Amino acid sequence: MRGLICGFAALTLGLIATAADAQDTVKIGLIMSYSGQFADAAAQIDNAIKLYMKQHGDTVAGKKIELIRKDTGGIAPDVAKRLAQELIVRDHADIIAGFVLTPNALAAADVSAEAKKFMVVMNAATSIITTKSPYLARTSVTTPMLNGTLGNWAAKHGIKRAYTMVSDYGPGIDAESAFHTGFKSAGGEIVGSVRFPVANPDFSAFIQRAKDANPDAIYIWIPGGAQPAAVGKALAERGIDPSKVKVLGQDALTAESAVKSMGDAALGIITCANYDFNHQSALNRAFVEAYNEDFKRNPDFFSIGGYDGMHLIYETLKKTGGKTDGDSLIAAAKGMSWESPRGPMSIDPETRDVIETVYINRVERVGGRLLNVELDKVEAVKDPVKAQMKK
Amino acid sequence: MALGEASISPRLHLAEQTRWRTPEILFWLATLTPYFLFPNYLSLASQIAIAALFALSLDLILGYAGIVSLGHAAFFGIGAYTAGLLSKYGWGEPLSGLVVAAFAAGVVGYATSFVICRFRHLALIMLTLGFGLLLAELANTLGWITGGMDGLQGIHTWKLLGTFPFDLYGRAAYAYALVVLFILFLFARRLIHSPFGLSLRGIRENFVRMPAIGAPSRGHIRTIYTIAACIAGVAGALLAQTTETVSLDSLGFERSAEIVVMLVLGGAGRLYGGIVGATIYVVARDQFSGVVPQYWYFWIGILLVAVVVFLPNGIVGGLTQLAARWGRK
Repeated sequence: MRGLICGFAALTLGLIATAADAQDTVKIGLIMSYSGQFADAAAQIDNAIKLYMKQHGDTVAGKKIELIRKDTGGIAPDVAKRLAQELIVRDHADIIAGFVLTPNALAAADVSAEAKKFMVVMNAATSIITTKSPYLARTSVTTPMLNGTLGNWAAKHGIKRAYTMVSDYGPGIDAESAFHTGFKSAGGEIVGSVRFPVANPDFSAFIQRAKDANPDAIYIWIPGGAQPAAVGKALAERGIDPSKVKVLGQDALTAESAVKSMGDAALGIITCANYDFNHQSALNRAFVEAYNEDFKRNPDFFSIGGYDGMHLIYETLKKTGGKTDGDSLIAAAKGMSWESPRGPMSIDPETRDVIETVYINRVERVGGRLLNVELDKVEAVKDPVKAQMKK
Repeated sequence: MALGEASISPRLHLAEQTRWRTPEILFWLATLTPYFLFPNYLSLASQIAIAALFALSLDLILGYAGIVSLGHAAFFGIGAYTAGLLSKYGWGEPLSGLVVAAFAAGVVGYATSFVICRFRHLALIMLTLGFGLLLAELANTLGWITGGMDGLQGIHTWKLLGTFPFDLYGRAAYAYALVVLFILFLFARRLIHSPFGLSLRGIRENFVRMPAIGAPSRGHIRTIYTIAACIAGVAGALLAQTTETVSLDSLGFERSAEIVVMLVLGGAGRLYGGIVGATIYVVARDQFSGVVPQYWYFWIGILLVAVVVFLPNGIVGGLTQLAARWGRK
C-alpha cells in the first residue's frame, strides 16, 4: 500500500513538473540507432545537431529546446514505434526526429499520424516514408532521386550500354529500379544486371561477368561499410579501365572512408550525391571547418540531413511563434526553402519531401588527396517515385 | 516436510510440484502493478510480456529438453509474419490471428523437428543457426510477400474483443500480452510437471538411456519442439499485432541470440527464468540506452558475465538457492 501511495505521489509530482515546464520548452525526441551496426550514422547526425544548436543557440521563439535521445539499436521497428509512443505519451515530446533506418521511420510515422505530432526524417531514404504520416517532412534525400538522376544523366552523356549490380535487399533494389528507369528514359540500354547478397565479401566474379558483357558503364550499388574496399580490389584485379568503362554508383561507394580504403582504384568513379564535404561554397567551407573543430572529422551525407533537419525545426518554430502542434508545424514546413551547406533546398508543399540539387561527382586527385569533385549537377530534383504515383 | 512420502509416490511428487506457492502468486499479482504504478510504461510492459513468452518457449526446449537453439527466432518470425499478413489482407481480428500464427509456426516446427531430434549439442546449434539464417534470407528474397527490408506495411489490428483499441498508451496491448502469457505459462507449467515433462528432463540428462525406461527420446523431442515453436509463433504474432509492424529482424539471428541471453540471465530450466530474464534485459536496455545509448551492450555484457560466473543457474536459480538456505536456518 505504501508503495502505491509513493508511486501515486511521484506520479502527481511528475505531472505537475511536466505541466510547469511545458510552457517554455520544446522537447524533441531523437530516435536513432545509437548502438550497433549503424551507430556511426547516428553519431554523425547527432554531431550535426549539436553543432547547429551551438551555432544558433538553444532558444527559439522564446522557448528552450530540449533533446531526448532514444536508441533503437539497429533495425527494430517494434522498438522504434514503442520509443515514439513513449516519447509522446510519457516525455511529452513535441517533435520526433532522427531516423537512420527506413523500417524504423515507417513504424514511428504511424505514431506521428495518430498523435498528430511533427516528425522530421533526417536520413532514412525510401520514397514511401513521407506518405505514412501527414505530419512528416524529410531533410535527407530519397534513393530514387539520386539514382534516377544519375541514370538519366549517364544516358545523356555518352553512355549507351550499362550493366548494373546491386545488393540484394530493399535499398539496393530501389536504387536498381530507379537507375534503370532513369537510364532507359533517356535512351540507354541495360545490357545485364545482377544482384549479390548483402554481405558479399568478394566481387571479382561479378565484375568479370560485367566486363564480359562489354558495357560502356558498370553501375554498382552497395551499402558502404567494408564493401567499397572489396569493390576497389575487384575493379583493379579485373583490369577495369576508367577511361573506357565508366564505373557509376551512389555516394556511399566513394564516401571519405571508402575512398581511403580503395586507394587509387577509386580514381574516376562517378557517383551521385546530395552532399559531399568537398562541395565548393562559402557556406559549406564554414560548415566543414566548424564541424572539424568540434568533432575532428569531416561531415558526410548523414550529418547534412541532421543539420538541415534541425534548421527546419528551428525555422518552423519561428514561423509558428513557438506553437508546437503538428498541424501548425507541418503547415509552416510546407514550401519552406533555404540555403544549406549542400546548396539550395526546400520542402515540397505537396509531398513534404525534400527538393534539392543532385550532384554528379567524380573521384579525382586534388593536391595529393582523393576527393569527390563536382562534374555536373541537376537542380531542384524531386522524388521520382511519388511523382509517378500521382500519375 | 513430507519429503519421504512425496518421494515414494510419483503421483504425490508431481502433485507437490504443481502446488501454487506464495512467491508465485505474489509474482503474478506484481505483473498487474504497471497499471497503477507505471501507467506511462505500459507499451514497454507489453513488450516485456512478449519477450517473456518467447523466452518461455525457448526454456521448454533449451532448459527442459536440452535442445540448444540459436535459430528460435525463426518461429517467432513465422508467427509475426503470419499475423501481419492476415491483418494486411483484411483479417485483423487479434485472437484468431494468434491461433493461425501458432498453427503456422507449429507446422514448420513439426517439419524441422524430424531433423532436430537426430542431433545433439554442437550439431544442433549449427543446424538451428543455419535454419534461422536460411529463413531470414528467404524472407528477404520474397520481398513481394514480406515487404523485404522495409518491413511489412499496412498492418491494422482490429479492436480487442471488438471493444478495446490498441492505442498509444498500450493499455490494451499490455492486458492482451499479459493474459496470453499467463494462459500459456499455465499450460507450460502443467506440461513440465507431468510425466512427459519429467521424461524431458531425463532426455536432457541422458538421451540414450531414456528409451530403455520406455520414454522415446526422439518422439518426445519432436513433440516439445513443435509445442515450443507454436508458443514462439504466438509471441511473434503478439508483437506484430500490438505494434502493427513486422520486419526482417523479427526472424533474424540477433533476436535468436538475444532470447538466449535473456533466458540464461534469468535461469534456464526454471519456468520463471525466462520471464525474469526478459524483464531485466528489456528494462536494462530501456534505462541504459536512455543514459549513454552507445554503451548499453557493455552493461548487459558485464551483467551476463557476472551471472554466468556467480549464479550458474541464473538469477532465479540463485534466488531459489538463497531462499532454500534461508528456509533451512
